[in-house]
Amino acid sequence: MKIFKPFRLAAVASAIAIASLLPAKADEQFFPLQSYRVGPYAAGGTGFFGGFIDYLNLINIRDGGVNGVKLTWDEGETQYEVERGVEVYERLKNRPGVAAWNPLSVGIAYAMIDRITKDKVPLITINHGRTDSTDGRVFPYVFPLLLNPYSETSGIVNYIATREGGPEKLKGKKIVVLYHGSPYGKETIPIYKLLADKLGFELEQIEVPHPGNEQQSQWLSIRRAKADYVVLRGWGVMNPVALKTAQKVGFPVDHIVGNVWSNSEEDVIPAGDAAKGYVAITTQASGAQYPVLQEIIKTVYGAGKGNLDDKKRIGSVYHNLGIVNGILNVEAIRIAQAKFGHRTLTGDEVRWGFEHLQLDPARVEALGAKDLFHSINVTWDNHEGDGRVTFQQWDGTKWKVVSDWISPDWAFLRPIIEKSSTAYAAEHNIKIRTSDDAPLSQ
Amino acid sequence: MFDYQFFIEVLVGGLLSGVMYSLVAIGFVLIYKTSGVLNFAQGAMILFAALTFVSLLERGVPFPLALLATLAVMVVLGIAVERFVLRPLVNQPPITLFMATLGLSYVIEGAAQLLWGAQVHGLDLGISDTPFDVAGVLISQFDLFAAAVAGALVALFALFFRYTRTGLAFRAVADDQFAALAVGLRLPRVWAAVWTAAGIVAVVAGLLWGARLGVQFSLSLIVLKALPVLVLGGFDSIAGAIVGGLLIGAIEKLAEVYVGPFFGGGIEAWAAYVVALGFLLVRPSGLFGQKLVERV
Repeated sequence: MKIFKPFRLAAVASAIAIASLLPAKADEQFFPLQSYRVGPYAAGGTGFFGGFIDYLNLINIRDGGVNGVKLTWDEGETQYEVERGVEVYERLKNRPGVAAWNPLSVGIAYAMIDRITKDKVPLITINHGRTDSTDGRVFPYVFPLLLNPYSETSGIVNYIATREGGPEKLKGKKIVVLYHGSPYGKETIPIYKLLADKLGFELEQIEVPHPGNEQQSQWLSIRRAKADYVVLRGWGVMNPVALKTAQKVGFPVDHIVGNVWSNSEEDVIPAGDAAKGYVAITTQASGAQYPVLQEIIKTVYGAGKGNLDDKKRIGSVYHNLGIVNGILNVEAIRIAQAKFGHRTLTGDEVRWGFEHLQLDPARVEALGAKDLFHSINVTWDNHEGDGRVTFQQWDGTKWKVVSDWISPDWAFLRPIIEKSSTAYAAEHNIKIRTSDDAPLSQ
Repeated sequence: MFDYQFFIEVLVGGLLSGVMYSLVAIGFVLIYKTSGVLNFAQGAMILFAALTFVSLLERGVPFPLALLATLAVMVVLGIAVERFVLRPLVNQPPITLFMATLGLSYVIEGAAQLLWGAQVHGLDLGISDTPFDVAGVLISQFDLFAAAVAGALVALFALFFRYTRTGLAFRAVADDQFAALAVGLRLPRVWAAVWTAAGIVAVVAGLLWGARLGVQFSLSLIVLKALPVLVLGGFDSIAGAIVGGLLIGAIEKLAEVYVGPFFGGGIEAWAAYVVALGFLLVRPSGLFGQKLVERV
């Protein structure tokens, strides 16, 4: 009867609330998810967390968990707001068997660094976060997996150099970086300057105030500057507006190169035809043709447990990023289990797993992710793991990969990263780990 | 040497951007004129209208029908707001009504996402955004279309206020609510009508801004662009909303290009507020706003 429906809902809600307070079973590994499914960035949040959950579901349904250890999760809505993210952290941190935190938010990640270091649980900031947290000597619990902002910058400049016929051809070219007016947007200002000095290209960096829904003056300045390329370091609504305004001032779209947070379907679809030909960097290809995606469609969505409401989004950029993030988290647990045993691990043991997360192309292929992403090689002092990047071009309906896997200039970047991380260590009175310390700090 | 052509291009671009701000500001003015309430939910109404329209379109509803259905939804929303939010708050202080619209904005935003999902949508109105050259200055066809729509909207409202009974009732309520009540005007009906009119403005603004930004949550943030326009033009003048929009659009673009480099760029968002604040100090009622005279 209809009148009992509210009571039934209340009973279900109460059961869920009570269940959330109960301790996890001994053979469970828990992922607390600071997701954002409503608010301005919901499109990215639903895709990423949807992909992550889809992969965890695949492991549970297909394999019965990781070596018999079932994967569990619980979501707390943050709306991408830092204070809500911290509140979710405080609410879920005491749940048993916490494996790692994956907030997909620069602001929330920054606010958590001291907390997760104290609580000894890994913080995964795939493709984003503090660049200097790559240095595991100073940030033992933070993992900007696959790509940090400096590597991204180097990868983009290398790609432009390839298009021009080699790094020496960049001399005299003009590159404008159009960046979001936020700490995230400003993070790469110094490294672009260093690369401009090294390679001899002219550089202009122009800020777009948040949220970026008006960019007429910036693009008129770009046209006046006679830029050869524009690097779009945007976020949210700033990206389609940039592409539309570029069209308005007559700037060629195929000379705009988007960064890793300007590379999704949500960034190009609203721009319509103005986005056709736009190129953006990525660490994971889009599309559903990869074996792991096919397994998810068959096993997870086939069982009615898929996380995306709109199945057309399977294989989209954020969904695939979530799946890759799932692969990296699960493999870190698997690696740690090989050392510590097939049981629920502590956060510190999972950290050890991340510090030994080495997946070569053969292992990536075995996981069904060949060509979805290249490889990763995390060590105790390199928490990024030398991820390769590729470039994709929007053809009006889908992304198409247009480059090989490109390596950023890690040798050039590492001293810059260490300089910053060492300064951070001095400022925060952190003892810098050495290779002798590393095995002991597990 | 000063590049005059570039200056004109920035100025024209700013003026045309300002028209888009005016479209948002008009919705505020309509409600403030008749009820003295700064309707903070106007941005959420724009989001709701655009999301409803594009979602219907994507479900195969033809363009004219989708437009009519969206207008109908906004009329129902306007009436519902009057019935369930404003009517119980009659005679409450303005700050209470303002807080009610603040709460309303969250409710509408949440309902929009609950009903239509959080996905980002493209919206093509069939008007090209490619520029054409006028004496070396590039002008977007879409911007000109938006300016024409804004002009038509203002003309329609001017005729409506002057020549219709409801329009005259609006003006009477705007002049003096208590006197209007005393001569038999039904305030709830006028308020419902004015919220409906604001809803229709939200449809127009939502479609034009949605075509420019994509239909997504950020549409609700464009209210921030309208606030300095209102301060400059006056909260209760439609003409003020247009002139204020043009001025703010031009000022922020010129400031960004010519003053921005001295501050490291990215100043246009707060430059508009600096101007608005300065204006507030010397002319609190704005350029066209009614000066408040109270007997004590």
